[in-house]
Amino acid sequence: MKEFRVLSPTAILGYGFPAASFEEGMRRKPHAIAVDAGSTDPGPYYLGSGKSFTDRGAVKRDLEFMLVAAIEAGIPLIIGSAGGAGADSHLEWNVDIVKEIAQEKGLSFTAAVISSQIDASLPLAAGGETLSLQQMYPAPMPTKEDIENSTNIVAQMGEKPFIDALDMGAQVIIAGRTYDPSVFAAPAIRAGFDRGLALHMGKILECAAIASTPGSGSDCMFGTLREDHFELDTLNPARKCTTTSVSAHTLYEKSDPTKLPGPGGILDLRDCTFEQASESSVIVRGSRFAPDEGQSFVKLEGAKLVGYRTVSFAATCDPIMIGKMDSIVTSVKEKVASNFEGKISGYFLDFKLYGANGASFYTTNGEQSVATPAEVAIIIEAVAKTTADADTICSFARSTLLHFGYEGRKSTAGNLAFPFSPSDFSGGAVYAFSVYCLMPHDDDNTELFQPKIVHVKDGGWSV
Amino acid sequence: MYKLIDQVDVVRSKNSGPYELTFDIMFKDKGHFDAFVDKQVMTEAVFAQLYGINVDMVKSVISFAPSKAVKITIVRPMASGDLGEKDIYGAQQHSPLLGFTYTL
Repeated sequence: MKEFRVLSPTAILGYGFPAASFEEGMRRKPHAIAVDAGSTDPGPYYLGSGKSFTDRGAVKRDLEFMLVAAIEAGIPLIIGSAGGAGADSHLEWNVDIVKEIAQEKGLSFTAAVISSQIDASLPLAAGGETLSLQQMYPAPMPTKEDIENSTNIVAQMGEKPFIDALDMGAQVIIAGRTYDPSVFAAPAIRAGFDRGLALHMGKILECAAIASTPGSGSDCMFGTLREDHFELDTLNPARKCTTTSVSAHTLYEKSDPTKLPGPGGILDLRDCTFEQASESSVIVRGSRFAPDEGQSFVKLEGAKLVGYRTVSFAATCDPIMIGKMDSIVTSVKEKVASNFEGKISGYFLDFKLYGANGASFYTTNGEQSVATPAEVAIIIEAVAKTTADADTICSFARSTLLHFGYEGRKSTAGNLAFPFSPSDFSGGAVYAFSVYCLMPHDDDNTELFQPKIVHVKDGGWSV
Repeated sequence: MYKLIDQVDVVRSKNSGPYELTFDIMFKDKGHFDAFVDKQVMTEAVFAQLYGINVDMVKSVISFAPSKAVKITIVRPMASGDLGEKDIYGAQQHSPLLGFTYTL
């Protein structure tokens, strides 16, 4: 039977995996190793700042296994959303790690590096208009200023640039922002397998062993694609794929489990069936891909700088104060504003009250009891145009709250317990998502996502 | 009267991209799930009431039989990481669902 086997070592490059699982995966002779390295989940900071949310040492550890095994087996190694957010600085960071491993191990291979960085001029048509962009509700349509002020904008590529890179002879592909399933689906689609099944298999493989039970983001998963179905299997005897664990993963982080829009079309899972094939493996059938009718789009993601953050940690155990927290916080904010009137403006000051809905956006709950908590932890957060201003606002809010004479106070020596000296911490630059929309793009347009071929000989790189 | 926490294997919340939150409820029992869906226990209006939000903020309530699951997707109170953020990943907004009670 004709089949295409893909090894997914870990949920995110740098999250790790047991060596035994990886070796078992290689024993099953995969046709490709693929890994997703990114996500928008950790928030806008990483895209905005160009820094990785995964650790360099952890990424190098994972990549060493994959690179050595792929070269030895003569199969492709495909990395998508390199460096976490997929901007050029993330891509360079990841390429640098691959270079280092190639040098240390004396490896020889052909690599492709695919950028997904978008110049702000691209989404801005002539005259600075953004007319060709399409909104992705509930994300707002980006304004001209949002686009121009973004420190990084990336476009999310699909399978085509990977297929191109493989056609150009690349064995190792390091790509910028990528639709998660594409790194797994691309080599299979290129080999002639069904796009719907390949993408659905990729959608599950991208989180590796999270789709098994007990789930883990730090273990391998193995996918086998055949003519009319695919099979998912664990590589660690402690984990099993079950129809529940695999079908449940289809829901994960998606708004509608039956229709998943991506580059070039929609993955339609309405008629999917899940069948237990062995004790540890599940067979999935019925996944279909419906190509876009008319214009295709790519998703753009961008982030912009909004200021600099300083925070202070403290807590209170005083029931009188805890009972009046809301009015105390309001008064402290007023005192800060009046003290710096005409001096510091446009800052953001917030008090996160842990023990009193510090983490919950939603408090409505039929049976919720509203007992006064014994302790409330307080994070004072100031974000301002400069670190100096953020320090000033945070420090003043902290000292004001420490000695604030609220009505009914008995504890007059100080309102706060501080765990640390110094009490305040600089959080550095703060970013916000600024672009999240669709831009017209056709697969035959090679302006974006052009693979750059690099020849690596005994660890040395040449373009 | 049923309490949701007693009838489920999974109740969870998570970002679906930076602008939406999505909630998954996975039932233990197929018969109970079928009745929950047939009787339309969870609707946009019911969820909005439970979470104290405007019904327009609820994007969809979908059932997914292979997982015995009901999925609710809402507009995030702010884009992930915006000033005032409480939960970047959106992974701890499920607790009002745990106390949800209903009849079949």
